[in-house]
Amino acid sequence: MVEQLAQKVLEVHGEAWTIKELFVLPNEYIYWSIQIVMYPFMTGLVAGAFVLSSLYHVFGVEKLKEIARFSLVFSFALLPVAMMPLLMHLQQPFRGINVMMTPHFTSAIAAFGIVFSTYGCIVATELWLVYRKHFVLTAQALNAQQNRSAVDNFRLLIFTCLTLGAWDISHEAIEKDHHACKIMAGIGIPVACFLHGYAGFIFGSVKANALWMTPLMPVIFICSAVVSGVALCILCYVIVQEFRKFMAKRKMARWAKDVDAPTVEELEGAKHMEVMLASNYLLYFMIAAITLEILDLIFRGYTQVKSWDILREVIMERDFTKIFILQYGLGNLVPFLMMALPGRTVRRTTIATVLVLFGVFMMRYNVVIGGQAFSLSFAGFMDYHLPIIPHSIETYKEGLLGALTVITTPFVLFFVINKFLPAFLKEDSSH
Amino acid sequence: MERREFLKSCIMVIAGASVPLSALTLIDPRKVLAANPDIQWAFLVDTNKCVGCGFCVMACKTENDIPLDANVTRTWVERYVYTKDDRRYVDSPKGALNGYTESRIDLGKGEFKEIDPKNVGKAFFVPKLCNHCTTPPCTQVCPVGATYKTDDGVVLVDRKWCIGCGYCIMACPYAARFFHPLLHVADKCTFCYHRITKGLDSACVNACPFGARRMGNIHNINDPITQLIMNERVGVLKDEFGTKPQAFYIGLAQEVR
Repeated sequence: MVEQLAQKVLEVHGEAWTIKELFVLPNEYIYWSIQIVMYPFMTGLVAGAFVLSSLYHVFGVEKLKEIARFSLVFSFALLPVAMMPLLMHLQQPFRGINVMMTPHFTSAIAAFGIVFSTYGCIVATELWLVYRKHFVLTAQALNAQQNRSAVDNFRLLIFTCLTLGAWDISHEAIEKDHHACKIMAGIGIPVACFLHGYAGFIFGSVKANALWMTPLMPVIFICSAVVSGVALCILCYVIVQEFRKFMAKRKMARWAKDVDAPTVEELEGAKHMEVMLASNYLLYFMIAAITLEILDLIFRGYTQVKSWDILREVIMERDFTKIFILQYGLGNLVPFLMMALPGRTVRRTTIATVLVLFGVFMMRYNVVIGGQAFSLSFAGFMDYHLPIIPHSIETYKEGLLGALTVITTPFVLFFVINKFLPAFLKEDSSH
Repeated sequence: MERREFLKSCIMVIAGASVPLSALTLIDPRKVLAANPDIQWAFLVDTNKCVGCGFCVMACKTENDIPLDANVTRTWVERYVYTKDDRRYVDSPKGALNGYTESRIDLGKGEFKEIDPKNVGKAFFVPKLCNHCTTPPCTQVCPVGATYKTDDGVVLVDRKWCIGCGYCIMACPYAARFFHPLLHVADKCTFCYHRITKGLDSACVNACPFGARRMGNIHNINDPITQLIMNERVGVLKDEFGTKPQAFYIGLAQEVR
């Protein structure tokens, strides 16, 4: 027992999920595991969701209005979660704040604190501008109410705070909000791209890693980020709309009992139009992302530098199923055909978005884990075995359950945020 | 004097003085000292002398409190075996902590390969450690500046400030870094900084019975190690990364990476 304990303590970080084959240097393990797969995946979703919302706010694609507002709120819910996998992966999570305290600017990660908080401020500002009228109206309505319950008092307090003292909801003031919102969204697009582009830079600039080191990496990451973000927004939008339809049919929710509540037909019509339009954008970005990824692969195969021998074995043999069947086949080709072939329906598009999300996840996985699948000696391989049943804090954090924790958190946050920033509002109380 | 006159004169004085003043530069004494430090540590490995006894690994782990059982090490010895039928085998079980007492090659996954001694073309050992690069990629990527290069050319880790992100481990082309199994921060060879700054040899240099590992001050032209590096044909590992390693190898085979 004591021996077992001693062995557990001495287990080196990475040893639990790395299997070495042939000649691997003694200190080599898969140090960056599932949480580092989750990190670019989650930041990608944030950036993508924001870009989708900006299509309406900046470029005035009016038809995307409803899904745009939804995306903005969802992007806000995803924001704190982009940080979570990083914190869970740190060996010294309590020192994580050091990145903000003593940023070392030659490091790509050091920019994280600054870019991330800038981006957070932009999204928060934009949300505030979009929802200011709603805050004011709700606070006024609550204020006018007689015999408020404790809950209503609390809501009044929250909404009063949220107005930040700006009670003017005249036409001119709202127009000004609208204008400011457009500017913020305009600034937001490059910042969102930067937020994710630099996540790609973190990998692309590691010269020691033959698979990661390419200047295309940031661009590939941005494109696939937009793809995954748009796909997630469509998927969630459809699910939420289905849920609302269900509620409207049975008049279960408070809003459904209103006289002017949207009917089932209205909801269905809105959903169909928004999904079709958004999926067009999804297709465009998919074409860009896949082109770049394939270009990178072809370039490596064509130039055949020193590392190609080992890369070819990893890409074409060991990880063939993960890369060509799961990522490119099931995750890119199948959904692409599903959306591009004529006669597409909302249902078909929804299934396609699930596959697209899976494809982008596999791309992250194949980059992060695939990049560590071969030894720096170019003479050995490392196999990754995802810890499923945790037997220690580390195998929880860097295992299946840790990844699931990261995935579920944004939905919980969305549920809470949605109470104050309703993603689905009637026309007159927001823009 | 009128205001107009005063301003005119001021501008003339500033313009006239700025030309000669721009020729002067402010000198930071620390920068000058850093550019010409008295000491610049360098490591010299003579691969011809190494027999793979692993004393250096044992000495290093003992000296620097790296648990012996843990499968990470600050320094290690690799074994290269070339067979006459043109096959190459490399291994380094436990970093050669216990020396190469067995002739079979460790293929990983618990598999071993026995090679017929008659079939062996050539075989040799290569000790490895942190190269203390002149332009280290590991210190460049540290997001909090917890790893740094000292003025005398040694790359160190601040154990109290490291956040354990692993970026430096990923950035090192030599796999010289790892997470300390007990302290959970990045760890690596320090050239035994606590010893060399007191005039002692590093633990591995001290333990090597054949003089395969030596250390010296490359800025002292009379240092025997400097002389060897200047006069012998020495190589460095993976120079294509532009890291300018400060660990030099005599008898380096091109297959060693």
